[in-house]
Amino acid sequence: MNCCGPREGPASTKFESITAASLSGLIDIRDVTHAYVTESGPLPVLRDLSIAIPEGGFVAVVGPSGCGKSTLTRLIAGLMKPDSGEVWLHGEKVTSPRSTVGMAFQNPVLLEWRSILKNVMLPLEIVPTTLTRREQEERARKLLSLVGLDGFEDKRPSELSGGMRQRASLCRALVHQPNVLVLDEPFGALDAFTREDLWMTMHNLKAEEPFTGVMITHDLRESIFLADQVVVLSGRPATTQHVMDVPSTGPRVLDDLYTPEAAERLNILRRQIEIAQGRAPADAGGTVS
Amino acid sequence: MIRKVAVPIAAIVVFLVLWELLVWINDWPNYVMASPSDLPAAVMKFWMLFLEMGWQTLWRTVIGLLIAIFVGVALGMIMGFWRIMREALYPLLVGFNAIPKATVVPIVALLFVGAHDFNTVMIAFMISFFPIAVSVSIGLSTLEPEYRDILRSLGASQSTIFWKIALPKTLPEFFGALKVSVTLAFIGTNLMEIVSPHGRGLGSLFDSGKTNSDYPLMFAVLIALAFLGIVLYYVVVVLENIFAGWAEREPS
Repeated sequence: MNCCGPREGPASTKFESITAASLSGLIDIRDVTHAYVTESGPLPVLRDLSIAIPEGGFVAVVGPSGCGKSTLTRLIAGLMKPDSGEVWLHGEKVTSPRSTVGMAFQNPVLLEWRSILKNVMLPLEIVPTTLTRREQEERARKLLSLVGLDGFEDKRPSELSGGMRQRASLCRALVHQPNVLVLDEPFGALDAFTREDLWMTMHNLKAEEPFTGVMITHDLRESIFLADQVVVLSGRPATTQHVMDVPSTGPRVLDDLYTPEAAERLNILRRQIEIAQGRAPADAGGTVS
Repeated sequence: MIRKVAVPIAAIVVFLVLWELLVWINDWPNYVMASPSDLPAAVMKFWMLFLEMGWQTLWRTVIGLLIAIFVGVALGMIMGFWRIMREALYPLLVGFNAIPKATVVPIVALLFVGAHDFNTVMIAFMISFFPIAVSVSIGLSTLEPEYRDILRSLGASQSTIFWKIALPKTLPEFFGALKVSVTLAFIGTNLMEIVSPHGRGLGSLFDSGKTNSDYPLMFAVLIALAFLGIVLYYVVVVLENIFAGWAEREPS
């Protein structure tokens, strides 16, 4: 209930204290500029974008549609290289995909021909692991039980609802114990109630399996509920337009979203999005944070 | 299970009865249209020939089909993975597929004079590889990028992505095409057997029925072909259930 205290307030969770302590992030995006080559010339999507996320931090990236948010996730995952600027993970420059990253998308992309358990274990077949076959299976089962999917291990993805599939997809993203979790609108296709369930699941997962994460989202409530920092990107080409810290003083509950503080945060973010969309002048932004 | 077997068999019986009735009501002589009751006698008269010719038709069709699978999958992979190859090959393949194979039969027969088995297999292959190539290429090229990204972000190689995702994901399309190709391959084999005078296969048995005015024999050959077609089709269905059974949703 009291999660939305003033920004300068004492950091009380583990993640907060690390935020204060570390100077350079576990995920460090430095001055990244990127343009796509199209038939009608280069299409710049990112311009001098910098984001630093400390270990254990969870950052939500919001911005207008088509502003290059998904490009950002592909850069962090090493699936593409920026035209200029650098992406660093754990003090190493990202030049190619690395197994220390887990990814989940809006589309859960489960393999229909595998059981849920085998889907979750997929990364362990690719990433080098010291776990025995049995330990791998135990780890997958543990994760599935964490997200409330006990009893569904042997089902096919087509037998599960959209929310359950997304839960399984989160397990797959975490099974190889990545340092970094990259989520690209993971709950975008779910209905509002299922989405709220999944938010709670995310908090549970984070408590049990700490990770550093970036999440792209279009849902401002989701951003302030899940993240400890919200980054608003400008319109294309995207650069950091606004950064809002969302400190928490205890485990978050859904009621936190219905407090005056939350309303004020949402208002500021909405205004920032309008500016990014070019629908409001730049000086219309809120003064808080 | 009983229903799965009984219903199709009942349908076949109903079909035969209606056929018999049609011939009986119109009082057609068997040189206009043979009735089902004429067929057992026609088959019994030449049953050794039916076995021998049926086997020749069957093995040449299957070999042609296997080559079609091999070439079709290879072409489909080339077109599915490289867009430039798809743009280059598609018009060629469509054009080739549009040519009626009956016109290709004499060309092939002249090209490899006397190599009857080879020619028959060739035609069976040529008529049946197209659906396989198209379906595999579509299956591979429509693979959602997220599937690729999930594995690529873990550092998987292209071949790992192919074996773990692209191949299994394409199997339902592949089997769909294979069901079409099975029947096409039979048409190809029979074209060659009927047109080129080598006296092999059910096609030539049909042809000899024609020259000897043995009309029940001609109809019996058609039924034998239909029988072989059904057998081969269900072999594909069984394989499909084994390798791509996951694509079938439980009836809800």
